Amino acid sequence: MSEHHHKETFVTKYIFSQDHKMIAKQFLVTGMFMGIIGVLMSMLFRMQIAWPEKSFSIVEAFLGHHQTDGIMDPDIYLALVTIHGTIMVFFVLTAGLSGTFSNLLIPLQIGARDMASGFLNMVSYWLFFISSVVMVISLFVEAGPASAGWTIYPPLSALPQAIPGSGTGMTLWLVSMAIFIASSLIGSLNYIVTVLNLRTKGMKMTRLPLTIWAFFITAIIGVVSFPVLLSAALLLLFDRSFGTSFYLSDIFISGEVLHYQGGSPVLFEHLFWFLGHPEVYIVLIPALGLTSEVISTNARKPIFGYRAMIGSIIAIAFLSTIVWGHHMFISGMNPFLGSVFTFTTLLIAIPSAVKAFNYVTTLWKGNLQLNPAMLFSIGLVSTFVTGGLTGLVLGDSALDINIHDTYFVVAHFHLVMGVSAIFGMYAGVYHWFPKMYGRMMNKTLGYWHFWVSIICAYGVFWPMHFIGLAGLPRRYYTNTNFPMFDDLSDINVVITVFALVGGLGQLFFIANFFISMYRGEKATQNPWKSNTLEWTTPVEHIHGNWPGKLPEVHRWAYDYSKRIDSKDDDSDYLHGQDFVLQTTPLLEGEEES
Amino acid sequence: MLALFYIFIAVAIAVSFWQITRIMDLRSVIADDKDNAKQGKNAIYFMVFLYAMMVYCLIFMNVIMLPESASIEGEHDDNLFSITFWLIGIVQFIMQFLIFYFTFKYRGEKTRKAKFYSDSHKLEAIWTISPAVVLVVLIGYGLWQWNNVMDLSDNKDALVIEVYSQQFRWDARYAGEDNTLGLGNVNYIKGINTMGVDMSDKNSQDDKQVTELYLPKGRKIHFKFRSQDVLHSAYMPHFRAQMNCVPGMVTEFGFTPKYTTEEMRLKPEVVDKTAGINKIRRAKGEDPYIFDFLLLCNKICGASHYNMQMKITVVEPDDYDKWIAEQPTLSSVIK
Repeated sequence: MSEHHHKETFVTKYIFSQDHKMIAKQFLVTGMFMGIIGVLMSMLFRMQIAWPEKSFSIVEAFLGHHQTDGIMDPDIYLALVTIHGTIMVFFVLTAGLSGTFSNLLIPLQIGARDMASGFLNMVSYWLFFISSVVMVISLFVEAGPASAGWTIYPPLSALPQAIPGSGTGMTLWLVSMAIFIASSLIGSLNYIVTVLNLRTKGMKMTRLPLTIWAFFITAIIGVVSFPVLLSAALLLLFDRSFGTSFYLSDIFISGEVLHYQGGSPVLFEHLFWFLGHPEVYIVLIPALGLTSEVISTNARKPIFGYRAMIGSIIAIAFLSTIVWGHHMFISGMNPFLGSVFTFTTLLIAIPSAVKAFNYVTTLWKGNLQLNPAMLFSIGLVSTFVTGGLTGLVLGDSALDINIHDTYFVVAHFHLVMGVSAIFGMYAGVYHWFPKMYGRMMNKTLGYWHFWVSIICAYGVFWPMHFIGLAGLPRRYYTNTNFPMFDDLSDINVVITVFALVGGLGQLFFIANFFISMYRGEKATQNPWKSNTLEWTTPVEHIHGNWPGKLPEVHRWAYDYSKRIDSKDDDSDYLHGQDFVLQTTPLLEGEEES
Repeated sequence: MLALFYIFIAVAIAVSFWQITRIMDLRSVIADDKDNAKQGKNAIYFMVFLYAMMVYCLIFMNVIMLPESASIEGEHDDNLFSITFWLIGIVQFIMQFLIFYFTFKYRGEKTRKAKFYSDSHKLEAIWTISPAVVLVVLIGYGLWQWNNVMDLSDNKDALVIEVYSQQFRWDARYAGEDNTLGLGNVNYIKGINTMGVDMSDKNSQDDKQVTELYLPKGRKIHFKFRSQDVLHSAYMPHFRAQMNCVPGMVTEFGFTPKYTTEEMRLKPEVVDKTAGINKIRRAKGEDPYIFDFLLLCNKICGASHYNMQMKITVVEPDDYDKWIAEQPTLSSVIK
């Protein structure tokens, strides 16, 4: 609490900190570090796809004994694909995104001094840190890291005879993920308790900013689904190390029959996707929450359809737990289940469409302040629409038969959850950087970063749909063994060039981030003229967030450009300016929006 | 050592960049009217780029796509796909226009006042109900087609073929005269009995093991899939067919070939695609490509996943009868 200041040492302030703002920054920097690894890997394997027979000294430099004369080996290609997926989905977009912004914004936006449990919050970060370290260590294992795809389907992931990466590399992968899940669960429980119990006076659930609603619902999905992945991983560990047969049966490999009897890989697929699909929304919903806030603030307009936005987040969260089977239409499960999952999957398009339309309506007749954060939010809406629409193709079981596991799928999910979520994360960093570091990020570098990123994102993933429709399977080390795909090689080169430029384009962000941290313009208390509570705290971080009493809330978060005469757009602003802090009491006769 | 060299270069670049920023002006941080105007225009330029790319891909990538379905069941797949694709294409063009046009049109200006517009139940009802109605159509057609493909119950005279996968090859077993496959299990794998067929089962005796698929045109094929080691996926893109091969269980799929390989090679879209491919192959000095149906592995299965294929040849029923008669039965091969 702010009343009794402890003497803080370097260790308690920067390392084992229990302050949510510091923990948020720790999550962000660790997530960025993992992100750099993940993106570099994607650049390496994109080079392999585009120029399969070409030797690269960079490959020779970084892949050690996993390459021959600068050409990577087929199993390290699969390892790169696997670790890229794992790192981006879990370490960057789950921990890096949700961990950063849930921690930073939940206490600040609901008016709390800190998280419900500062200690558990610290534990959550350090577990994440340990799991990151284990994952990075697994990259240096002699036989290579896990290489069975980020979905680690057994038997491939269970048998080192099937692929070298399924030895020590896979064990470390499972250990790392188990620790990661513990971290995520502790964090999520903390977020839920904090939102339910520590809201300041007047902060009703119906006055919460949409960011908080998004983090709250995300945490609930995480608590519901992550334990299932933990059990799936543990059972896989048992199969691998203790000879059980949960997932394995009737296997003949390397000249011998294995003892496994009666298990089924389909069971693993069910357990995996029971997390795996909600995971998509664990990644996406926080990004949508951040975007709602950034778009409304920068459009100087209330978010359109606040209640519909909450309703659709809840609907998406609920539906997300009953659609996992659409990843398994051709897994051999009963076709009747396929029908059910097609139905629930396509239903999810309705709340998603409501969200997209509401964003566009929020832009309509706004006064758009095109800051980098705003551009990234608009970019998110664009990629979310593009990627979401192709979901209608994939979610339809009859169509999925033909494009399942082709590049069409890769294009779809990268746009709808990868690019969209990362854009949401960038929007969040540009917008809340002053809250994190007390300085502002440079806008020119931000603009460069945005335009390079969105052009390259579309340059990579739009053509990729079409090579998928041409029948090209994903996770092929090279396509040269199939003359029928020869005419796709030029397109693959174009995609790789966009991917390399886009990857290097992220240097604009990294440079901007670190330079602004030390040399950026000092931030004012409320630089974006926003309504929410975090902008009523002092710029310099203090323990407990507010120096005196906690603020009291009198209205929702979106009273932008409210008029004296609500029917007349030309009338003056009700409070004399185009934003009204949530702490401002209602004027006499003013109706709550 | 080479890695250290690259890392050294990266550090050197970072340090020099850091030094350069000393003299840079980092004071511009919040968008003003000039920025809004410029970025609004950029949004329009980007929209032009996006539309150009979308249209270019839609028109010029037709030639690289899979030709029309070579199975009768796949026709509806193509139909459903066209309907869905047109639909999402139209929505995509409209939505992207609105997003980037609004960004330009309502770019911030000192004199502009945003409209306070927080809710409209009418609008929200419209965009809840209209996607719902469209989805009913798509779901209805989709489920009908799904049942169409997956239901193999009422096809007594379908030709039964087992497709068998292992790292990293495909084999196939025809059910023979009785059209019933003998049992199989990995415990029976020995010597030339590579598919683990139970030779004590009387249904196994007339089964025929082959390394390439021959299918008669116009007859329903009932595929049964088995795997010996890890998950594989039998993907036959030209027939719009795919099914995972799962160790420990038998999965199924069925379709009726509609064109023979010869007929398929004469289709204009196939001729165009083949010509395009051969132009590329000639430039690289490789042998010309001739169209064939293929079965590919489409589930990550190990290092040589990228090279796991089997040729499928569709022939007239008479030719098929001749071909199958020439194949030896298992009982004559495995003693």
